[in-house]
Amino acid sequence: MFSLKEIQRCLLLSLWFVFLTFPIMVIKVDPFERIVHWRWENILYVAVGSFFLSLIFRMLLRKTEGGGAKALGAVSLEKTALITRILETPKYRNTLIISVLAVGLVFPHIFSTYQTNIMITALMYVMLGLGLNIVVGLAGLLDLGFVAFYAVGAYSYALLHLHFDIGFWTALPIGGFLAAIFGIILGYPVLRLRGDYLAIVTLGFGEIIRLVLENWGEFSQGPSGISSIARPGFFGIELSLNSAIIYIYYLMIIAIIITIFVVNRLQDSRLGRAWIALREDEIACQAMGIDKRKTKLVAFSLGAFWAGIVGVVFAAKTTFINPASFTFLESAIILSIVVLGGMGSIVGVIVGAFILILLPEYLRALSEYRMLVFGAVMVLMMVFRPQGMIATIRKTYTIPKDDQD
Amino acid sequence: MEYFVELLFSGLTRGAIYALIALGYTMVYGIIGLINFAHGDIYMIGAFTAYLVATVLSIYGFPLLAIIVLAGLAAAVWSSAYGYTIEKVAYKPLRQAPRLSPLISAIGMSIFLQNYVLLAQTSDFLPFPTLIPDWAFMEPIAHIISSTGITILIVTTVIMLLLTLLIKYTRIGKAMRATSQDKTMAMLVGINVNRVISVTFIIGSGLAAIGGLLIATHIGQINFYIGFIAGIKAFTAAVLGGIGSIPGAVLGSLILGLTEAFATGYISSDYEDVFAFSLLVLILIFKPSGILGKDETKKV
Amino acid sequence: MKRKLGGKLMTVAAVATFALSLTVSGFAADTIKIGVAGAHSGDLASYGLPSVNAAKLVADKVNAEGGINGKQIELLVEDDVCKPEVATNTATKLVSSGADVVLGHICSGATKAAMPIYNNAGILVMSPSATNPALTKSGEYPNFFRTIAPDDAQAEVDVEFALNTLGYTKLAVIHDKGDYGKGFAEYAKKYLEESGKAEVVLFEGVTPGAVDYSAIVQKIKRSDAEAVIFGGYHPEASKIISMMRKKRLEADFISDDGVKDQTFIKVAGEDAEGAYASGPKDTTDNPLAIKAVQEHKETFDSDPGAFFQNAYAAMLAMVNAIKVADSTELDALKKALQTEKVNTPVGEIYFNEQGDAVGVGFSVYQVQDGKFVEM
Repeated sequence: MFSLKEIQRCLLLSLWFVFLTFPIMVIKVDPFERIVHWRWENILYVAVGSFFLSLIFRMLLRKTEGGGAKALGAVSLEKTALITRILETPKYRNTLIISVLAVGLVFPHIFSTYQTNIMITALMYVMLGLGLNIVVGLAGLLDLGFVAFYAVGAYSYALLHLHFDIGFWTALPIGGFLAAIFGIILGYPVLRLRGDYLAIVTLGFGEIIRLVLENWGEFSQGPSGISSIARPGFFGIELSLNSAIIYIYYLMIIAIIITIFVVNRLQDSRLGRAWIALREDEIACQAMGIDKRKTKLVAFSLGAFWAGIVGVVFAAKTTFINPASFTFLESAIILSIVVLGGMGSIVGVIVGAFILILLPEYLRALSEYRMLVFGAVMVLMMVFRPQGMIATIRKTYTIPKDDQD
Repeated sequence: MEYFVELLFSGLTRGAIYALIALGYTMVYGIIGLINFAHGDIYMIGAFTAYLVATVLSIYGFPLLAIIVLAGLAAAVWSSAYGYTIEKVAYKPLRQAPRLSPLISAIGMSIFLQNYVLLAQTSDFLPFPTLIPDWAFMEPIAHIISSTGITILIVTTVIMLLLTLLIKYTRIGKAMRATSQDKTMAMLVGINVNRVISVTFIIGSGLAAIGGLLIATHIGQINFYIGFIAGIKAFTAAVLGGIGSIPGAVLGSLILGLTEAFATGYISSDYEDVFAFSLLVLILIFKPSGILGKDETKKV
Repeated sequence: MKRKLGGKLMTVAAVATFALSLTVSGFAADTIKIGVAGAHSGDLASYGLPSVNAAKLVADKVNAEGGINGKQIELLVEDDVCKPEVATNTATKLVSSGADVVLGHICSGATKAAMPIYNNAGILVMSPSATNPALTKSGEYPNFFRTIAPDDAQAEVDVEFALNTLGYTKLAVIHDKGDYGKGFAEYAKKYLEESGKAEVVLFEGVTPGAVDYSAIVQKIKRSDAEAVIFGGYHPEASKIISMMRKKRLEADFISDDGVKDQTFIKVAGEDAEGAYASGPKDTTDNPLAIKAVQEHKETFDSDPGAFFQNAYAAMLAMVNAIKVADSTELDALKKALQTEKVNTPVGEIYFNEQGDAVGVGFSVYQVQDGKFVEM
């Protein structure tokens, strides 16, 4: 199975890792008592662990790599083709959609409240991902501060409820529109920035929103947050916690279906095609007479609108919000959902959200190793499926070639 | 006036600290166009290695000078090794991938490294040994700038000059510039692009390690999370100055540091970061490629 | 409270039969499940992990002695990263895995988000570290208890000390913009202004994790404050005090329970000398506290971290309440907590109607020769 040379390389590799991890893994000092603990046994663990991991890694790489980068593309293309085939054949697609929907509908009745609860979280991220997908996946604008709009939505409901006792259903559109307005306010001046400059400005904007919420106590109650936010009302009936969770779950299912429908229609609309064209080549796009600024602004504000809506749901679900929920890491996770799932692909975003949100929850069994594994999985998934779990169907008719920039 | 000078030096110190990390960011970005989010964590690993080595040596009674040299050396060696390995594991397989994929891989790497150190060491804050004592001759101006602060300023300047020289006048520097301009073309003229990228990561990480050592001495404590916060600020500074440009990274860092210090001093530290990020937005609106960034004209 | 072995066995047997016959009530399972929730990863892990250690130590000890009324303790450790939205998941997870009582959460925000879920399930929650006053005083969280004093009580002690014992008239109030630190600082400011004896010359927040605090220190210096009251945790406190001394600023430093931690002295070293911090009374001499620290050293080979004593105390209080009430039903536990005094590392405590611990007296400590000395 493995040639001697390969095993030799793996041995060398494990030696390298022993060296690499030596200070952090082996030495532990107690600077107060001035004692050094030499944990020599860790060398052994690292050596054996990295040896076997590198064997597995090699095996997997051999499978995907074959003759180099080209084969990598070919193999993944073949895999996408399977999913694409399912999605493109109406018969298979309908069966798939119906079965997913059926599972979705009975889910809260089969599984515990906990499962339903984390499923709501996952669904919320599906929506966030779909919103960001408009901005990043379709229009190709890298947004690292998406969480700002999410925060705007959540705080608009929380504050409206706190001061004016406004209910969930009234706040829902208000939160969405406020977020969209913020999207335009941010978008207007910065959209002429390109690529990573836009990324850092959006990151800065996200941080500004969070910092203002944190420091402007008179307005937002600062870091101690806003509590006792009402759950969504059900025609004026008070719901118990369990039924409230199930209720929110179904609301989310409906919201997701609407979102998918809208995004799907948008993709094939004039506007959607303009976005994709803009992503591919800005200058050619302008030459074709597309209003660059307007098109980008619409993408930005639409994405923000969705984030705002999810923000309102978020506030209603947790019943408590504070600025700690809206950090840069959150933006990074949402972006990861989009990229990991496959940029521009709706199914991809759904799969990505489920993986990234449910994984840490189900990894709870690993307790303290949870986030370590999570980070490693993110790296590995990107290494083995660089174009995302499910690449856009559109991609199938582009000619795969090594693109250089 | 006294107050102004005090704030000025506070800002310069802070800026020089950002610059030490921003330089690595900007180098990697300049060559392969990747926002290396794990860079802040490499700086953290450098600080941890320095901490471990320095504490062990001081327990075994080595003289201070030997401790500084050995800890610095160890930090640089291991950080470079981490940088090299991370590039090989997480970025190299993605060289042909869509532009955002390595970014996500980098975020994953950052999460991984933080938790790795958290598990292998501790979640607590640890005291970093004082490697740079208060020099007697600094006493009259100690209330303005500390000995560590002045060391950081000097080291940052020296490193910036060396890096500029390296990139301008050496063979590898020339290869780096070629790679950053056009990878395929560089390959065609016989440059080993993979090697150039590895060297870039090694140098960038080594710088981060030196930064880790100095900054940790300045702050006096470390834990596994220091890299993340400092990393974001350094990245902001690098973009502000024009990402990919070495003097730009230093200039951007100093501007960012000074803004924060003066905002704290004359307005309020509640909003120091708000001022920093607002300045960034403002500068980029008027100068979309950063202060020293090249305005690239895009061809159709 | 020594009972004969026979009696004990009888109780065990009786309880066991009782448990077998009933499947739904509080004692249905043959173990007592104690949930431990808090930040166990991420940037605030250093405040959450010590509680896990405390829970493990107490659980192991109780289990080795035969458990609570014969029932072994089983710990359900769940991470909430100190985020409200994760905390609701953590809480539902704990509720559906059948936790009887919960030690946690660590951050006030996460606790507030999780409480309605526990309340709905009738589960007692005791936090070692959530200090937001509203948690007990608003009456919204009837099942919430804590072994740490709320922000306002601590602020009052500190202000009292600064004004009356030290006699300062110009104070700077600095905080870390966090839930805990800013809450404390705002109360401190309020009490200072109400006293009419002193002036708050500066009220500002610093960014936690920033690489340099010299600008704010220069500002404190310019404000001519005689002392700094700091709300926040020890990492920022030691950075600020070190920077103050580096900049040759000799103003006094008065802080809260988040700073009264050995790590503060160890990290800040000589700079910490003379600093004041409020904290629970007489923990250093308390034999239970000394023992708890010793156990931690033996088991985990390191010094305990933040809120370890409070978490240890909370575990003891909950274990005792379950033992006395012989149930994990909320009302019975509440009654036991409010009537039974327990000896803990933070002193002999019981709980008032609102859920705050009575007996966790607060006093001010000063760092002298590398130790906190009660004033």
